[in-house]
Amino acid sequence: MPAVSKGDGMRGLAVFISDIRNCKSKEAEIKRINKELANIRSKFKGDKALDGYSKKKYVCKLLFIFLLGHDIDFGHMEAVNLLSSNKYTEKQIGYLFISVLVNSNSELIRLINNAIKNDLSSRNPTFMCLALHCIANVGSREMAEAFASEIPRILVAGDTMDSVKQSAALCLLRLYKTSPDLVLMGEWTSRVVHLLNDQHMGVVTAAISLITCLSQKNPDEFKTCVSLAVSRLSRIVSSASTDLQDYTYYFVPAPWLSCKLLRLLQCYPPPEDGAVKGRLVECLETILNKAQEPPKSKKVQHSNAKNAILFEAISLIIHYDSEPNLLVRACNQLGQFLQHRETNLRYLALESMCTLASSEFSHEAVKTHIETVINALKTERDVSVRQRAADLLYAMCDRSNAKQIVAEMLSYLETADYSIREEMVLKVAILAEKYAVDYSWYVDTILNLIRIAGDYVSEEVWYRVIQIVINRDDVQGYAAKTVFEALQAPACHENMVKVGGYILGEFGNLIAGDPRSSPLVQFNLLHSKFHLCSVPTRALLLSAYIKFINLFPETKATIQEVLRCDSQIRNSDVELQQRAVEYLKLSSIASTDVLATVLEEMPPFPERESSILAKLKKKKGPGAVSVTELDDSKREAGELNGGADRGPDTASTPSPSADLLGIRSAAPVGAAQTNAGSLLVDVFSDSGPAAPSAAVNDDGFLRFVCKNNGVLFENQLLQIGIKSEYRQNLGRMYLFYGNKTSVQFASFSTTVSCPGELQLNVQSKPVEPLVEGGAQIQQVLNIECITDFCDAPLLNIKFSRYGGALQNLTLKLPVTINKFFQPTEMSSSDFFQRWKQLSQPQQEAQKIFKANHSMDTEVLKAKLLGLGTALLDNVDPNPENYVCAGVIQTKGQQIGCLLRLEPNAQAQMYRLTLRCSKDTVSKRLCELLAQQF
Amino acid sequence: MIKFVLMVNRQGQTRLSRYYHSVELSRRAALEADVVRYCLSRKKDQCSFVEYKDFKLVYRQYAALYIVVGITDSELSIYELVHNFVEVLDKYFSRVIMFNLDRVHIILDEMIQNGHIVETNKSRILAPLTTIDKMVDS
Repeated sequence: MPAVSKGDGMRGLAVFISDIRNCKSKEAEIKRINKELANIRSKFKGDKALDGYSKKKYVCKLLFIFLLGHDIDFGHMEAVNLLSSNKYTEKQIGYLFISVLVNSNSELIRLINNAIKNDLSSRNPTFMCLALHCIANVGSREMAEAFASEIPRILVAGDTMDSVKQSAALCLLRLYKTSPDLVLMGEWTSRVVHLLNDQHMGVVTAAISLITCLSQKNPDEFKTCVSLAVSRLSRIVSSASTDLQDYTYYFVPAPWLSCKLLRLLQCYPPPEDGAVKGRLVECLETILNKAQEPPKSKKVQHSNAKNAILFEAISLIIHYDSEPNLLVRACNQLGQFLQHRETNLRYLALESMCTLASSEFSHEAVKTHIETVINALKTERDVSVRQRAADLLYAMCDRSNAKQIVAEMLSYLETADYSIREEMVLKVAILAEKYAVDYSWYVDTILNLIRIAGDYVSEEVWYRVIQIVINRDDVQGYAAKTVFEALQAPACHENMVKVGGYILGEFGNLIAGDPRSSPLVQFNLLHSKFHLCSVPTRALLLSAYIKFINLFPETKATIQEVLRCDSQIRNSDVELQQRAVEYLKLSSIASTDVLATVLEEMPPFPERESSILAKLKKKKGPGAVSVTELDDSKREAGELNGGADRGPDTASTPSPSADLLGIRSAAPVGAAQTNAGSLLVDVFSDSGPAAPSAAVNDDGFLRFVCKNNGVLFENQLLQIGIKSEYRQNLGRMYLFYGNKTSVQFASFSTTVSCPGELQLNVQSKPVEPLVEGGAQIQQVLNIECITDFCDAPLLNIKFSRYGGALQNLTLKLPVTINKFFQPTEMSSSDFFQRWKQLSQPQQEAQKIFKANHSMDTEVLKAKLLGLGTALLDNVDPNPENYVCAGVIQTKGQQIGCLLRLEPNAQAQMYRLTLRCSKDTVSKRLCELLAQQF
Repeated sequence: MIKFVLMVNRQGQTRLSRYYHSVELSRRAALEADVVRYCLSRKKDQCSFVEYKDFKLVYRQYAALYIVVGITDSELSIYELVHNFVEVLDKYFSRVIMFNLDRVHIILDEMIQNGHIVETNKSRILAPLTTIDKMVDS
C-alpha cells in the first residue's frame, strides 16, 4: 500500500494545511490565510522567476484556500503557465485550478485553449485526458468553437486509448449540452452508438451518458442503441460475459453500468422487434428472480448494489407499463421491501410503488399493501419516509378505500410534522372531494381538517368547501348543522369562523326551525367569535349579519344595534367602518323586497378544476428557488414556457375573492351585487372593462425609435413582437401575439387608436378571438402618415383566461415621426448652406444631456442609421461629431431635417441640435433622440 | 446526474467540494451549510436520502466524515458509488487525506466527470496515480 507522504508531497503545503487545522478560531484561520495570500502574491509578483515546483505549490495552496470558502482573485495566470509544463503533477494542478476556478467567460480562455490544443495533439494519453477533463468541466462557448469538431474524431478513432475515449465521451456530452449548434451530427454518430459494444466496460459506462443525452434529443437517429443496450445488459445480467474484468462489485456484475443501461432504455418505448423485446423481458425477469435468491454475500454493499439494479429495472417496467405480469411481480417485490429492516429500502420501495399505483395493471396489487403503508405512516421514525408513505396512500386512493385513507391521513395530521402539514391538508381535501359519494362525508372531512390543522388550511381549501356547499343543495342543511355544532367548541379556528359565518349567512334558515339553533342563537354564537377574529374575518361576519337581517327579520333589531355600536360604526378600519355604515343604512332604508333582491342567495359557482388541485400542482412544481437554476433541462425553451405557465401568480388566476359576498373595495352594495353575480370576483385584476388603462410600455416604446423589429412587450401571459417596414409616407407593421401560458385566451381582441386629429391613419383587420396555449397569432397594421405628429398610436388588447378575469392592456405602438425619413446624401458645403437657411430660432431645437448608454462610435453610428437619416461623413470639421440629413415624407408635405450630435467623451455628455423646416418636427425629434444615447 | 460531491466533517467544515454545475462562490457556502445541517441532524436509523429543493441528497457517514452527493437520479447506485469511492481512498491512502487533497481530486475525477459516472473499476481509477508514483519513485 503506497504511503503518500513522499518527496513529491509539497512540504510547504503540508505545513500550511496543518497550521489551518490547528487554528482554534475562525479569526485565527482567516489571519493565517491572509498571511499566506500576501506571501503568495509577493512570490508571484517578485522579480525572481518561479520554477514549476514552486508555482505548483502556490497554486495548490490557493486551491486549498478556495476550497475553504475564500474568494481567490489571482493566480490564474500562474495556473495557465502550469498547463504547459511537461510534468504531470504540475500540469494536473494547473488544470484542476482552472476547472475549479475559471468560469466559462474568463478572458484566459484563449490561452487555456492553446494549452489544451497542444495536449490533445501530444499523443500522450494522460495529457490528453487532462485536457479533455478541462473542456468537460469548463465547457465554454469558445472551447466548443475550438474543439467541437475535434472531439468526435478522438472519440471514435480506432487507435484512441480507452481512458481517452472515456474522457472524450463526457467532454462531448458537455459541449453538446452547452452548444448543441456546434456539435454537428455526422458519420461519428452511428459509431458512437456502437461504443455500447466496446469490449472495455469503462468506455461503455462513459459512452452511455453521452448516448442517453443524444437519444433524448434525437430519439430517431439513435434508435439502434436500444438493441445494443439490451444485448449488453443481457450479457451482464446472465453473467455470460467474460469481459467483466474488475467491474464486479461485491459479487454483483457491473452494477453501475447495468443501472445506466436500464436508464438509457427508459428513453424509448418498448422495443418493437420481438426478439429484442423477448431478450429484454428475460433480463428483467432474471433481475426480479435474483432478488429472491439467497444473497451471495452478507455484506450490505452486495444487497445495495443488487437492489440498485432492481429498482432501476422496476422503473423501466413502470415506464413501459405494458407487461402486467412484470408489473405485478415488481409490486410484490416492493411489497417485501416495505417491511425490510433497512430504512433506505423502505423509503425507495414506497417511492417506487407510488408510480406503480398509477398503472392500471398494478393499481389493485398496490392496494393490497394498504395496511403496511398505513402502518408506515404511523410508526416510521423518519419524516421523509412518512412523507413517502403519505404520498403512496394518496396515489393508491380510489373510491373503494377513500374513507379509510382519508381517516388515516386525518388522524396522522394530528401529530404530523409541521413541514408536511400543508401538503397533507391539500391532499386530504382533494381526496375528500374526488371520492365523495355523499357530500355530508365531504363536509365532515373538511371541517375536521380545519379543526385539526386550521393553520395549514389555505384559502383554496375553505373556498372550495363553500363552492361545493353552494352548488349542492342536498348538503346545505347538513353543512349548516355541522358548522353550527363545530362553532360550539370553546376555541375554534378562525377558518372555522369564516366557513361558519358564510354558511350560516346563506343557509342558517335551514336549521332555524330547531329552537336550539334559532336565528338569535346562531347570531349570538357567531358574534361571540367576532372580537377574536382578524379584520377580513370580521368583514365577512358583518356581511353574514346583513344576510341574517334578510333571512330572519326578527334579528334585525339586535343586529342593527350591533352595527350601530361605536366599535363598528366608528371602527378605525375603513373597510369595517364602511360596511357597518352601509349595512346599517341598507337595513333601515331598503324595503323587504329590495333587501331580498340585494341579499339573495349566492348563485351556484361554475364547475371548474378544483383550485386546490391547482395549488397542489403548483406546490409540487419546480418553482422553488434552487441552486439548479443552471440545470440543463431548464435551458430548453419548452421548460421555460412550462415554468412561466406554472408561474402565473395568483394575480391573474381568477382566485376566489376573500370576500365571498363579492363586496370588496368599499363599493356600494347595490353595485357590488352585480359583480357578485359573476361569482368570485377576482380582486386583483382590473375589474370590469373600464377606461383604457394607461400605456404601460414607455421604455419599450423608446427602444424602437432607432430600430424596427423586436419584442415590444412581455409579461407572464403574453409576448408581443413587432416587425415593421416603412417606405415614403407608408408603413406596415406586423404584430405577433404569443400566448405564453398553456391555457387558451378567449375573446382576444385588439384596437388601435390614434390620438390627435388625422395625423396618422392606421388600418388593421380584426384578429382571431381565440389564442390557444403556446400559440402565436399575427396581425398586420397598415400605417399612413398624413401630417407630422407627436403622439404615438395606442394599441389596446383585451382577452380573458379561463373565461374569467378580463385582461386589459394598452401599449404605445412604436410609430414615431422619424420612421418616415428618407435619407439624403449631401456634400459638406451643401449641408452648411442648408444649415444656415434653417436659421430661424423656432426651427432649431437643442438639448444638452448626459450619456445613458455606451458612447462607442460603432454603437452611435448604428443608432443614427437606424434613425432613418443619412449619416454624412467628412462634413463636420470636428471628426468626433456626427451629422445627418433626411427628409420626412408625409402625405401632404416633405420636411427637411438636419441633425448634429456632438459627443463629449470626458464629460459623458452630448449636445444634440436639430434644424427642420417645420418647428414642431424639430422639437419632437429632439425629444425622441435625447433619450436614445 | 450528479450535481456535487461534498466531504464534510462533523463540525460542518467542508473538506472537499466538487460541483458539476456552476454555483457562485457566495451561494456555495450557503448551500453547503444548508446541506450539512440537513444531513448531520439525522439519526442513524433515518434513511440516507433526503429531498432537498428539487433534487436529492444521498449521504454516507464514515466515522467523523460525511460524504454528501446531490443527485437527480437513482439513489441507491450513488449510495454505493460513495462507498466504492471510499474504498478506493482506503486502498490508496494510508494517512490523513487532507494533506493530499489534490490526489483525492484526481481520484474523484477518474470516477465522476461532468456529473456522470465514468469509471468504477478500482485499479483503473488509481491508474494515473500509480503512474505518478512510479515516476516519482524512479
